[in-house]
Amino acid sequence: MFEALSDKLKKVLKDLRGESRLTPEHLDLAMREIRIALLEADVNFKVVKDFVERVKSKAVGQEVMQQLSPGQQVIKIVNDEMVEMLGGTSSRLLFTSRRPNSVMIVGLQGSGKTTSTGKLAKWLFNNQNRNPLLLSVDVYRPAARDQLSVIGKAINVPVFDGTGLNDPIELCKAARLHCEQVGFDTLMIDTAGRLHIDDALMEELQQIKREMQPVEVLFVADAMTGQDAVRSAKEFHDKIGITGVILTKMDGDARGGAALSIKEVIGQPIKFVGVGEKYDALDPFYPDRIVSRILGMGDVLSLIEKVQSEVDEEKALQLQEKMERNAFTLEDFRDQLQQMKKLGSLQNILELLPGEMFKGIPKMTPEMTGQMEKEMKRTEAIINSMTLKERDDHLIINASRRRRIAMGSGTTFNDVNKLLKQYVEMKKVMQQMMQGDGMLGGIKGKVARKLTGIGARKKKVTRKKKRK
Amino acid sequence: MGLFWKRKSGSDFISLGLSSYDEPVAKATHEVEEEAAALKAHEPEPAARSTEAARPPMEHPQVGASFQLPPDEQVEDPGFIGRFRKAVSATRENLVGKIEDVVKGRKQIDANTLDELEEILISADIGVQTTLEIIEDVRKQVDRQSLKDVDELKKIIRQHLLDILEKAEKTSGVASESSVSDDIRPYIMMVVGVNGAGKTTTIGKLAQRIKADGYDVLICAADTFRAAATDQLAIWAERAGVPLIQQKQGTDPAAVLFDALKAAKARNSDVLIVDTAGRLHNKSNLMAELEKMKRIAAREVTRAPHETLLVIDAVTGQNGLSQAREFMKVADVTGLVLTKLDGTAKGGIAVAIAKELNLPIRYCGIGEKADDLVVFDPRAYVDGLFE
Repeated sequence: MFEALSDKLKKVLKDLRGESRLTPEHLDLAMREIRIALLEADVNFKVVKDFVERVKSKAVGQEVMQQLSPGQQVIKIVNDEMVEMLGGTSSRLLFTSRRPNSVMIVGLQGSGKTTSTGKLAKWLFNNQNRNPLLLSVDVYRPAARDQLSVIGKAINVPVFDGTGLNDPIELCKAARLHCEQVGFDTLMIDTAGRLHIDDALMEELQQIKREMQPVEVLFVADAMTGQDAVRSAKEFHDKIGITGVILTKMDGDARGGAALSIKEVIGQPIKFVGVGEKYDALDPFYPDRIVSRILGMGDVLSLIEKVQSEVDEEKALQLQEKMERNAFTLEDFRDQLQQMKKLGSLQNILELLPGEMFKGIPKMTPEMTGQMEKEMKRTEAIINSMTLKERDDHLIINASRRRRIAMGSGTTFNDVNKLLKQYVEMKKVMQQMMQGDGMLGGIKGKVARKLTGIGARKKKVTRKKKRK
Repeated sequence: MGLFWKRKSGSDFISLGLSSYDEPVAKATHEVEEEAAALKAHEPEPAARSTEAARPPMEHPQVGASFQLPPDEQVEDPGFIGRFRKAVSATRENLVGKIEDVVKGRKQIDANTLDELEEILISADIGVQTTLEIIEDVRKQVDRQSLKDVDELKKIIRQHLLDILEKAEKTSGVASESSVSDDIRPYIMMVVGVNGAGKTTTIGKLAQRIKADGYDVLICAADTFRAAATDQLAIWAERAGVPLIQQKQGTDPAAVLFDALKAAKARNSDVLIVDTAGRLHNKSNLMAELEKMKRIAAREVTRAPHETLLVIDAVTGQNGLSQAREFMKVADVTGLVLTKLDGTAKGGIAVAIAKELNLPIRYCGIGEKADDLVVFDPRAYVDGLFE
């Protein structure tokens, strides 16, 4: 699904190479594909229509930049236009000096309100020095209030205990009083989820808003929502007034076209995206990233960030040093495997990469990456079954040791042999790279960085300085 | 309207869902008579059950109030099709209404009409691929001049949608679609889906409905991940008067399932409904967990789970296809449950799923009461759109 759009564009525009200006004919061809891509990403069809028209009028007659093919040029224009459409947002919530400030979380059933309420409370505590109190006014769904209590406990944020109160407004008032007495500066109100055509619920939300005068009313939208996203967002906006959007379940493979539609229709910024089940999996929203995702062009920025946050720099540095001394042991090999595992499944990593990177290489199926993952697991198991001494010096691993290792790791004698062979080869390649003589010298840093993880080079430079 | 779940019995054969339009087909696939006698022992009142298909709507003004079955099960429910259509009709307003708008004042079908039709179908989440195919077919007929009338146009689109849904119903028949033979006991139903689709609520309603039909139901709370999921299910179980097998949050769901399977066998339950934690379909470790549960079920009860329902929220867009594909691969999904159909979104994605993956829609949720889970009826659904 991912490289689909850029591939298709290349196909339809391949005859147009060498042209210096974008003609209406180019655009008609390209826009048809872009329209389908956007529709498949669940961008609302009306938004798509307007968008396509706008891009067309902007693009006609534009010069094709020298480094770009007409196809790339079109994508660039589309990309820029979309970023602009989504852009200019800040994820920080604006608070006043009033105590407490209230934040209302609203949305459809099952969009992830309660989880988002918890995540956001934690985020505000960590990033904006707020001292939040959680309150659930969902008196309808069975155990909704229990759910918030459990979340509050997990993230260490107090939850207002409204036992005995069954009226949302009463709950709000009581919680506000509690905030004033105890000193919480932020009251996070998790509201009941209902369909947007439920007038009674809308009325209730309006009442809460009138009573609490919240600084923010955040609409929680599921990234998987289809064409209806616009209708519900608009309905909530018209009746209650939304100040921002939280887009949830972005860790799935939905392309999140709903984001574009909602922004376009209600004009309010998307402030956060939910990216996982853990309570710290809430990210500020970056328009450029979701644009490449909607267009199906991979998300390299997110990948780089992921690598940076997961890869242990200290270890990467040690590893590089070891490689330079040609002392890369099986233990280090195991560390590498574990670092890679931290990044998540291979399939996920591959999906973050743009199709461009795999030009000519057949697309990896989930089966293939699954196979590779199995292989990695087995390798790890084999190394785990070695003693520390063996991991340090593979030469002492004789036949009887190999047999023991195979037994210990549930593999065969042959598997162990294969791994050792592989390791020796790897060591050899590394040695060649690290010797840095003549021709290979230039790629040394680059390849080493690739092998040891991003960020290693920076550290290396400072280390060299120290040595001097 | 069909029943929710049914043991087979010669005298009171009632087919479920769509098969009520197509009884011979459903019947042919099940040898019924030989077990009829044995079954009489389990089902003392077959006659009563056969008529309870239609049930008066239940009122639950207060959530949390104790649930009571209506005493009179013989009463016909004229409102069922009506309620179903009403739920769907919001889409009708935006689908048929729009089609009317498009064709109004036009005698001939031109390219513009087709473009607008395309947008209407897409706006119902039916999907680009499916829409293009339908429009392509219409275009061909227009070119051949066999289609001139605007009314004809509606009929053709309606037929297309119906064909897709009915084909899916026929190709992958689920055991309980017509009835379940007596040697399948307990009958294991596993309910899977992404986060927030409405699994727990669906299970609560389903348990209540099947129990109300006089069968012995057991629920397994294998969503040990989401905060308070078990509590939510416990409330539903209590309302339905159905026992719940649960353990504390964070337990291995397969372990809970194992307990539940043992319990179901020990109690000789008719149906065991297994709740699972919501999971995004691209999380390989969570999907592996599901596979493990399936394996455990199959080890304890032959050929279990007998039915695996994928719950899809009606507002879901094109990602629904990806969900269905992945869940099918891992959990052998046998049918869909389309929830929250009472909103303005009408779950067009289910049509796309039915088409691409041949998965039938089994039930749908059209409201918040237990009574609002109904057996899906393609004809009523499409009629609702195109009346």
